[in-house]
Amino acid sequence: MRDEATFTVKSGLAEMLKGGVIMDVVTPAEAKIAEDAGAAAVMALERVPADIRRDGGVARMSDPEMIAAIQEAVSIPVMAKARIGHFVEAQVLEALEVDYIDESEVLTPADEVNHIDKWAFKVPFVCGATNLGEALRRIGEGAAMIRSKGEAGTGDIVEAVRHMRQIRGEIRALGALEEAELAAAAKRHQAPLDVVRKVAADGRLPVVLFCAGGIATPADAALMMALGAEGVFVGSGIFKSSDPPLRARAIVEATTHWQDPSRVAAASRGLGGAMESLESAKLTEAQLLAQRGW
Amino acid sequence: MGADGSRPTDSRTEMREAGIGPIGSGAAGAADGREALAIGPIGSGVAGAADGREAPTIGVLALQGGFAAHARMLHRLGAGVVEVRVPADLQALDGLVIPGGESTTMTLGIEREGLAEPIRRLAQAGTPILGSCAGLIMLDREHLGAMDILAARNAFGRQLRSFEADIEVRGLDGPPLRGIFIRAPWIAEHGDTVEILAEVDGHPVAARQGDIIAVAFHSELSDDDRVHRLLLAAVDRRREHSRAAGAGAGG
Repeated sequence: MRDEATFTVKSGLAEMLKGGVIMDVVTPAEAKIAEDAGAAAVMALERVPADIRRDGGVARMSDPEMIAAIQEAVSIPVMAKARIGHFVEAQVLEALEVDYIDESEVLTPADEVNHIDKWAFKVPFVCGATNLGEALRRIGEGAAMIRSKGEAGTGDIVEAVRHMRQIRGEIRALGALEEAELAAAAKRHQAPLDVVRKVAADGRLPVVLFCAGGIATPADAALMMALGAEGVFVGSGIFKSSDPPLRARAIVEATTHWQDPSRVAAASRGLGGAMESLESAKLTEAQLLAQRGW
Repeated sequence: MGADGSRPTDSRTEMREAGIGPIGSGAAGAADGREALAIGPIGSGVAGAADGREAPTIGVLALQGGFAAHARMLHRLGAGVVEVRVPADLQALDGLVIPGGESTTMTLGIEREGLAEPIRRLAQAGTPILGSCAGLIMLDREHLGAMDILAARNAFGRQLRSFEADIEVRGLDGPPLRGIFIRAPWIAEHGDTVEILAEVDGHPVAARQGDIIAVAFHSELSDDDRVHRLLLAAVDRRREHSRAAGAGAGG
């Protein structure tokens, strides 16, 4: 018997992306540069987060023509973003046969109450989270991969660190609880009890955990791996830098060799300018993308 | 799909039954949240335990991809595991696993680290090797050339066409094996010395040439350790052989 779109198959692709770098690209040419630099997958989108911030306005799913052209250009998996709650954008992306859908806070939310019912899809979803409860709610809705949100388009790693430490710390804390205490913990995290039990027993999420939002340097990527990320998303950090192919290769190398500071040092040499950055602490409430989604 | 008997599954039910996600994923474990992988010999499992011999050391290529799941499975079977990222990590290995991942990423990594030649030498020296999915691709004529096969990449299609299925694998005892195929390749061509062990839709998805085994699927994501036992059995045979040869020369 042959079964497609099982949870094993959905989360299995994320397993194969581990230890890798997923890069935001806006053109087939950028996708090719990412692939040639060793990206494990590309995220096809219309504008990188830094430009979405600068331009303002409503950020939506990308033009299918652009996504299809990127699929043509590379053989690595192609992901694409749908707005939070915009299940029709997700259906369109599924019809295009993208390999993963990112229900992303980087785009303007379409529903302020509900996320997409991800169980209804054959294509797997990755979702952002700032804490354990948020991650487990997304998994309960069918997400097959989680990424910490960070603060996209800033080049400031501080929010990524905060979210990764939060998620991992809360997982450790769950592990210290007695069975009888897990129901109250589930209530506190506003998360499904069966998933909470699973996380408490295993000491980890039941899906792969990547990090995103603010990675601009090889050292940033290695830091996030050391904090427990299983791979990294890099948005504006590569194609908003002065030498994207060189920086892309360097971030791939540092993600593989995060345990070896001499390799991270070697990868960090002579990369030219990093992306123009924004200090997250100076953003106003309304400018914080990580607050979208709940 | 559908015409070939496939069906979409209600993942919700499946997840409930499995207690959420049958896959051992996540960065859990030791103090830094990761499993300590380079643990030495363990007394349990199949490898080397029975007669008190030292457990074999198996390298798992860890440049990118699903290396942790392979390491977990090998540990469970009693093998020592070394994560391989640079040529020095290949010293003194009894066997090697090339895991799944992105074949382009892995090819570039092997090139960057200068791992191609040392892995070829291992293969030529008869060291047992298991490649799964992207690992199968790495072993083929166009990559490491360790096996006389030619892989067709992403042959089953994009992620939407990924699937799991029960498959008969020649040489494995017991029930069919649950093969998990993720954007999987198949073997498009192979030489006469290559034995095909399993097929899906008429395409070879598992093969063996001497002690080099290649599978297009991921048994490391299931609880079925029979493919890994196949590798460890080859490792045992080879160690037995070299011990006998050594004893002969000495006495």
